Amino acid sequence: MPKVIYVSHHGGQLEVDVPVGTTVMAAALKNGIDGIVAECGGVCMCSTCHVFVDEGFFSRLPPATDTEEAVLEIAAIERQPNSRLSCQIKVTEDLEGLIVRMPEKQR
Amino acid sequence: MTSAGTVIIGTGLAGFQTAASLRAEGYQESITLVGEEPHIPYQRPPLSKGFPLGTQDRESIELRPQKFYLDHKINLIVGEKVVAIDPAERNARLASGTRLAYDKLVLAVGASNRLLPVPGAKLDSVLYLRSLDEAIVLKERLISAQNVAVVGGGFVGLELAAVASSLGKSVTVIEALPRLMSRVVAPVISEYFADLHASKGVKLLCGVSVAEIASANGKVRSMVLSDGTKHDADLVLVGIGVAPNAALAREAGLSVSNGIAVNEHLHTRDDNIFAIGDCAEHPCTFAHARLRLESVQNAADQAQCVAATIAGRRESYRALPWFWTDQFEIKLQMAGISHGHDRIVTRGNREAGKLSVFYFKENRLIAVDSINRPLDHMLGRKLIAAGAAVTPEQAADETFDLRTLAQKTKST
Repeated sequence: MPKVIYVSHHGGQLEVDVPVGTTVMAAALKNGIDGIVAECGGVCMCSTCHVFVDEGFFSRLPPATDTEEAVLEIAAIERQPNSRLSCQIKVTEDLEGLIVRMPEKQR
Repeated sequence: MTSAGTVIIGTGLAGFQTAASLRAEGYQESITLVGEEPHIPYQRPPLSKGFPLGTQDRESIELRPQKFYLDHKINLIVGEKVVAIDPAERNARLASGTRLAYDKLVLAVGASNRLLPVPGAKLDSVLYLRSLDEAIVLKERLISAQNVAVVGGGFVGLELAAVASSLGKSVTVIEALPRLMSRVVAPVISEYFADLHASKGVKLLCGVSVAEIASANGKVRSMVLSDGTKHDADLVLVGIGVAPNAALAREAGLSVSNGIAVNEHLHTRDDNIFAIGDCAEHPCTFAHARLRLESVQNAADQAQCVAATIAGRRESYRALPWFWTDQFEIKLQMAGISHGHDRIVTRGNREAGKLSVFYFKENRLIAVDSINRPLDHMLGRKLIAAGAAVTPEQAADETFDLRTLAQKTKST
């Protein structure tokens, strides 16, 4: 199972084994990671699962859809070039060791 | 003396989010979250979408795993009905007789389905959808159904029609008003969705109502409509709206109108009792009216507002309403409250399947509905929330840059 590393705004890290096909958001909720709120449940309607993806991994992700790009416009903490919605990142074997950083706030 | 803490009645999103936000706000007192349903808090939107379709299961719709409540010291009581509130003694009584003392009480008690008042509506194959238990039954019954009649062409009815159709069922939607989702969207949006459903083989009957559900040997056979026509059906799904669960509040002497009445701080007339989510009627800044809204946004944002107030950071509620519905592969995104609009303009192109409708009232932008134009929706939220001075001509002009306007409005 690929490992995903969640880094809180304060720098604390949590490593989670995530089944392939599960989203980075769903795995965060399941593992008690408070930095992800996921208010809309993962349907690209809110920005409360916003994460910054570590540079080495960002380019390996499938590109964001127009819908995801639009949602990032309303993120509570302004989006950066490496911003993504964690509900739209499905974990694959290729993403072993994926590092995502969570913003200071989600709403 | 220690505080009795906060008791939250209702384990839907509003109740859950109040508890979660209280802890996020640093609230240290006890929190009890109590609800009638026998499940830990779950998301309701998938019940008419991914859950019956089979793309989401019970576990994937849980708002948080069980462990969350332990970790955050939230006393979660499921399968227990609150039968009375005593505002003078400040306690809530459970059906089992237990009394839960509170310092602050949050009513997040939701709403109940309106029932179809026609002969045959009590037959076993006439189903409603609100809870996970109902969704489990509905999903099971859909498997063996052939002809599905959906009563109500609103969000829930149409989402279920799309699911049933996707599962290969023959589907008929019966809507009493002349067009789909007519209370909330402009005719061009109704037409778009009518075409979408028709293209998938869903039969749409608007402007007629159900007179009777005919049966033989206790089994549903057909729908008899107000125009005298008969349509085969073996499963009936009813989505004709909800009524707020206000009895508990009314019996406790709280003011109830179209929902439990609250002020801009979401307080009822009792300073220690709040009401939020589907059950509450609040003064909406954007609509300049008292509204009761049924949505994820409303539940989550009102919960957050009340949690902040209880935690000592008194807040007024002024979040912009937004909504969505998923039907087949199309998502309709709605920002603001369009009710009372006096002008609409469209942006984009219906033929290309990319369309937004901008609603104006007295030259002020009040709402935006978008299909396949997600940026219009998100910028619409910003523009409406900020009270931006966008004109109908600008909204209709695709070369006019809404993003720049939204940024400018924000910075001034």
